[in-house]
Amino acid sequence: MPSSGHSVTAVITGLDIAHRIDQRFPGAVAEAAPEAATVEAAQLIEVCTYLRDDPDLKFEFLSSVTAVDRLEYFEVVYHLTSIRLNQMTAIKVRIEDRENPRAPSVTSVWPGANLQEREAYDLMGIVFEGHPDMRRVFLWDGFDGFPLRKDYLVGPGGRFPGLERFPGEPGGPLGGRG
Amino acid sequence: MTIKSEPFVVNLGPQHPSTHGVFRLRLTLDGEKIIDADMVMGYLHRSMEKLAEERTYTQNIPFTDRTDYLAAMTGNLAYVLAVEQLCRIEAPERANWLRTIMCELQRIASHCMAIGIFANDCGAWQTPVMHMLRDREKVLDLFEMACGARLTLNYMRIGGVSRDVPPEFMPAARRLVKEMPKKLDEYEDLLLENEIIVARSRGIGVLTPEQAMAYSVSGPMLRASGVAWDIRKADPYAAYGKVDFDIAVGTNGDVYDRFVVRVAEMRQSLRILEQALEMIPEGPVHAQLPTATVQPIGQPVAPLAIRPPVGEAYGRIESPRGELGFYIVSDGSPAPFRFHIRSPSYINLTPLKLMSVGATVADAIVILGSVDIIVGEVDR
Repeated sequence: MPSSGHSVTAVITGLDIAHRIDQRFPGAVAEAAPEAATVEAAQLIEVCTYLRDDPDLKFEFLSSVTAVDRLEYFEVVYHLTSIRLNQMTAIKVRIEDRENPRAPSVTSVWPGANLQEREAYDLMGIVFEGHPDMRRVFLWDGFDGFPLRKDYLVGPGGRFPGLERFPGEPGGPLGGRG
Repeated sequence: MTIKSEPFVVNLGPQHPSTHGVFRLRLTLDGEKIIDADMVMGYLHRSMEKLAEERTYTQNIPFTDRTDYLAAMTGNLAYVLAVEQLCRIEAPERANWLRTIMCELQRIASHCMAIGIFANDCGAWQTPVMHMLRDREKVLDLFEMACGARLTLNYMRIGGVSRDVPPEFMPAARRLVKEMPKKLDEYEDLLLENEIIVARSRGIGVLTPEQAMAYSVSGPMLRASGVAWDIRKADPYAAYGKVDFDIAVGTNGDVYDRFVVRVAEMRQSLRILEQALEMIPEGPVHAQLPTATVQPIGQPVAPLAIRPPVGEAYGRIESPRGELGFYIVSDGSPAPFRFHIRSPSYINLTPLKLMSVGATVADAIVILGSVDIIVGEVDR
């Protein structure tokens, strides 16, 4: 089915993919950068379905979903691969609301996002709406906080202002209730 | 009179010989049939992604040994490739060939374990796995020669490898490449046509090519479903673009095909090694890192701390278990701003429920074995 011989995966830059998305869904692109196109959360599912089904794109394989804490906002990053056309691209969704971060789940487009979105919820605290099973994965239910956030915990000599102790520890900001 | 029956919940693990580590599978059963499967993970969660944010790029290399601890070389390589991509560094030619040789040796060692433990899961208790452990030891001996360690190798460096191999390495590697095909014949004779293994694994845990792609399954599992996707071929890194090999593909996408694909991949690895050991040139094994990335002017920084430019990179390779990717975001400081591991063991578990529902408990063990998870990589 896929190509043989020594080829190289074609990388569709964020600028190119942003242009394509913008032609199809005007206003859906919030920002275009060489690394990835940032898509409006409200139109994420339509855009993802288009990226999966378009005959020139065919991103049927979701390589990776992860979240980044950019201090002012959260970002969910999707790396997409087309096995049939041997190409890659990346899109992002920006979440401004730090108190209650929510993003649409892409599990309806790629079921492979299931565990990866649960991981992003578990460690970064982003709730994926429409996910069939939005529970913690690695940490136990009742664990306080989301460890991958930059304000969660900083070791000695750490670079980010944050908690000096684990939230559950006595003397920590949340008291000893962890 | 009717007999009242209700679903029964069985915990498979976390301490169970067939869970391949501390991993728990909560099976809901109707008689012997599985009606629901829930995975409970995190027993080995060490929060590596958080720890990595407080360490320099070079200090993070040993973490990549400890994710997939049966394939430390590929873990190392995926990470350093992502950082090299971020810093725009290229490893010298000899280092690329050494990386190729090490990764293929690692694939053989890892698949030896995968096949041996799989035979264990099928009921061939301990004898086949001992044969394979014996042959895996030969690979580990080679690693010990190259870097002094057998499991947590820490061999790759950003810009190359930690040191050149000693003079006795190449003859020993050639000897392994010469002897190994006989061992593979032995495995095939022992296991491939083995009535019990065939009965336990044919037509079980089937994934169609469409399902496998939709569920982000990668590696031997994806190829067993008939999708000829191998990053070594599709997007060659290190020296894979210069060697000739075939992608091992299955047809039925069942547990048996995953097993067959792994054996076939070991043969291809030997083919790559044969060529690589002939073609490897002499030369340096570590690139001169550009001074700009080493010591920016006017900023206090530890000597030799690599400071990649602001940006992000997703580096991926074909590990023995599938697409191993590292997504690294740099803010220009000596430690990564974000360090994410796209681990194939974890993501390959996504369709476990799909594969197990409707099967029996005994099948679930074989299905889990065919995914070939490493819990260190699942939980990270």
